[in-house]
Amino acid sequence: MKLKKNLAISETGFVFDPSTGDSYTLNTTGLEIIQMLREGKNPEIITRKMTKTYDVDANTFERYYYDFIGMLKQMQLVAPDEE
Amino acid sequence: MEKKVFERPVIKKLSAGMPAKFGLQVRHEPVTQIDGVPIKTLMEEYGSPLFVYSEKKIRQTYKEACRAFSSRYPNVLFAWSYKTNYLNAVCNVFHQEGAWAEVVSGFEYQKALVNGVSGDQIIFNGPDKSKEELELAVQNRSLIHIDHFDELYDLIEIGENSNIKPKVAIRVNMDTGIYPAWDRFGFNYENGEAWDALHRIMHADNLELLGLHTHIGTYIMGTEPYKIAASKLAELAIGLSSKFDHQLQYIDIGGGFASKNTLKGVYYPGTDTAPSFEDYADAITSVLIKANFRHNKLPLLILETGRALIDDAGYLAGTVIATKRLANGQRATILDAGVNLLFTSFWYDHDIRPAKPMSDQTEETAFFGPLCMNIDVIRKNMMYPLLKKGDPYVIQRVGAYNNTQWLQFITLRPNVVMIDEKGETHLIRKKETLQTLNKMESVPDHLKI
Amino acid sequence: MKNNKLTIAISGLNNVDSPGPGIPVIRGIRESKLFESRIIGLAYENLEPGPYMHEFVDKTYKVPYPSEGVEQVMERIEYIHELESVDVIIPNFDSEIYAFIRLADRLNRMGIRTFLPTLKQFEERHKSNLPQFGKTHGVKVPQSVAVTSFEEIEDLKRDEKIGFPLMVKGKFYDAYKAQNLEQAFIYFNRISARWGLPVVIQEFIKGTEVNVVALGDGNGQTIGAVPMRKQYITDKGKAWGGITLDEPSMLDFARHLISSTKWRGGIELELIRTPDNELYMIEINPRLPAWVYLAVAAGQNLPEAMVLLATGNDVLPFTDYEIGKMFIRYSFDMICDLSEFEKLSTLGEL
Repeated sequence: MKLKKNLAISETGFVFDPSTGDSYTLNTTGLEIIQMLREGKNPEIITRKMTKTYDVDANTFERYYYDFIGMLKQMQLVAPDEE
Repeated sequence: MEKKVFERPVIKKLSAGMPAKFGLQVRHEPVTQIDGVPIKTLMEEYGSPLFVYSEKKIRQTYKEACRAFSSRYPNVLFAWSYKTNYLNAVCNVFHQEGAWAEVVSGFEYQKALVNGVSGDQIIFNGPDKSKEELELAVQNRSLIHIDHFDELYDLIEIGENSNIKPKVAIRVNMDTGIYPAWDRFGFNYENGEAWDALHRIMHADNLELLGLHTHIGTYIMGTEPYKIAASKLAELAIGLSSKFDHQLQYIDIGGGFASKNTLKGVYYPGTDTAPSFEDYADAITSVLIKANFRHNKLPLLILETGRALIDDAGYLAGTVIATKRLANGQRATILDAGVNLLFTSFWYDHDIRPAKPMSDQTEETAFFGPLCMNIDVIRKNMMYPLLKKGDPYVIQRVGAYNNTQWLQFITLRPNVVMIDEKGETHLIRKKETLQTLNKMESVPDHLKI
Repeated sequence: MKNNKLTIAISGLNNVDSPGPGIPVIRGIRESKLFESRIIGLAYENLEPGPYMHEFVDKTYKVPYPSEGVEQVMERIEYIHELESVDVIIPNFDSEIYAFIRLADRLNRMGIRTFLPTLKQFEERHKSNLPQFGKTHGVKVPQSVAVTSFEEIEDLKRDEKIGFPLMVKGKFYDAYKAQNLEQAFIYFNRISARWGLPVVIQEFIKGTEVNVVALGDGNGQTIGAVPMRKQYITDKGKAWGGITLDEPSMLDFARHLISSTKWRGGIELELIRTPDNELYMIEINPRLPAWVYLAVAAGQNLPEAMVLLATGNDVLPFTDYEIGKMFIRYSFDMICDLSEFEKLSTLGEL
């Protein structure tokens, strides 16, 4: 799963998708995840980092992580699969 | 290193239309305790969902209403409207404060008697009173508010066969500028029917006409209609006085006062727009005081307001069952209390609060109840903090009509507790069990398996 | 008064094809020779043009809609006041006026002045109360009834209270002419979805619509009044162009009403002149309208006068205005930076 390449993501959690002109806002955890996704980190690494920083277990995190990915897909912020 | 509180990740599309629905997002202040008792503790002990009543709040509201009227009018009486909430503990708080009982069925009448209300302090309203129920009410010297001519003739007959004169009033319906006018209860003022009924009663030797009653509608957001109602009843009373030299003892203006809930589809929240008791009292009493009652003898003013007295004192606490996304991406939050427990969600936009501190982040969500029924919607969409499974919530202002109109549908009805003025919690209605329901059923032998 | 700099917070910055009065009010204030101004914009949405029009608006804060409750609005104003030390607030949306009337005393104690009608004045002029209003103040008005369900419109027709065609109007905005029940049904749903209930059903008065913008001092005196006819009306019911009129009967009407109600603040009267030359009042808007700059250009700077009254200055009534002054509304593509949009949408300030 990769983010669209040309997304503009600012430190304030503002996201601009230049291909559609839509803009979005993220909360803190959403911003952290999206930054890791952009760095190409896989779900295992993301889970490890997040469960280390936040008071959440891996199972619970997984549930909300995939819910979040679902939202990104719905908003078409995810790159079409390359293969 | 201490770990940070986890909030589920969320992304929101910025609205492009204008104006959008929400403006600057507002905080939904959490409600974490009721009268000092933490919601968490209450639900650990009594389960979730759970109705909670604040005895302190009931007494406080009642005193406020009394003060508003008594400070403007010499002779005021409240009668507790049983149909609004007939949990015995709730009724008895009002009775201890001095309220009589106002009932609209034989069942409610019996409930008031069992609660220890003296028969002559029960007002019997409504279109449905059987002959037996009327006879009992006459024996008990209750105040009977006549709804229609059939009932009037029943009472004349009962009076003829009894050594006790039935104590009666008539319910009057009228145009008070509210559209539509409630004309299905009582006798109409404008077309002269009310005057006819009064005539009939005055000519019946065995009825004792004590008062006039009206109830102009429900959730009346203005005070003007009450002025009109009070002046029309005063006019009838003065007419009786000059024609028959008969002085009525009381005028019962009914209820219909709005609470601070927000009606669906209304722009401003109820907390900003609902008239106060002072406003209603001012409208009603100013008219009565200025009316030309003979010898300046003002009749007793009776009020039967229910909703405005109890709504604020009731809370529904519960737990989030799940959050999910709908096909269009919108968030849906499933609560463990739905329209089965919250009948009022059909007409209010209920004030749902998180029961623990949340961050300022919000997202648009629908609130659904637990029923496997499409109608089970508490709020269609709200900008709301990011609730997760297991998070506690509290719905405020649910004291009126929910514990009388709740449904035993799909799930069982939960515990109801009351927090007393010392902060002690009492179970006032036990949650239902399978047995509660099954003991009323029987299966014929040939259907047993 | 001179060399005095006032900080004035103003809403209604949606200067789009169906504009709010904010920017026109600011134009009037900016032209004052009596005081300088720092303008604080109060915005609801990220795309309201006002916040990006830096020659008119110095700083913008997003605020919650009044439907969230007056306490929520107050909390935000307190925050803004702490940073900006606001002298005057001018709310420009009908939906805000009620909230600000309720807050007026509290704002005053904080040192923030308003110049609004009283709650009584505001309430009695509601569309649904028009018949009573007309009786009290001796003006002709159409029959109007507030309804909360579509069935009540059917009842009105059946009871022959109001026949077709009729006007279907929102509590604050929007008005449609319905020729039959089917159309009334569509408009009822459209309006109730947007502005809530009740919806007002009004008798349709045939004639020409004419308008007056005016300012009352709260003691019955009219500080200024300018009559105007819309020369063309857009599909949204807004003026495309308008022209000031020489029409003493309209001025008399406005002066009579302001004197009878002791109106305080800005006011827009929507009148219909019938073919028999009678004036019916179909609506009173409790604020200055979006076309108020026409009055400024014609010689009556009503926004400036309003600020002066709010800050406790004596203002002499205007006696004249230029007749035949016109306005033509136009739209203009302002070029904005994404970073400003980002600031307003994520921080709520720009």
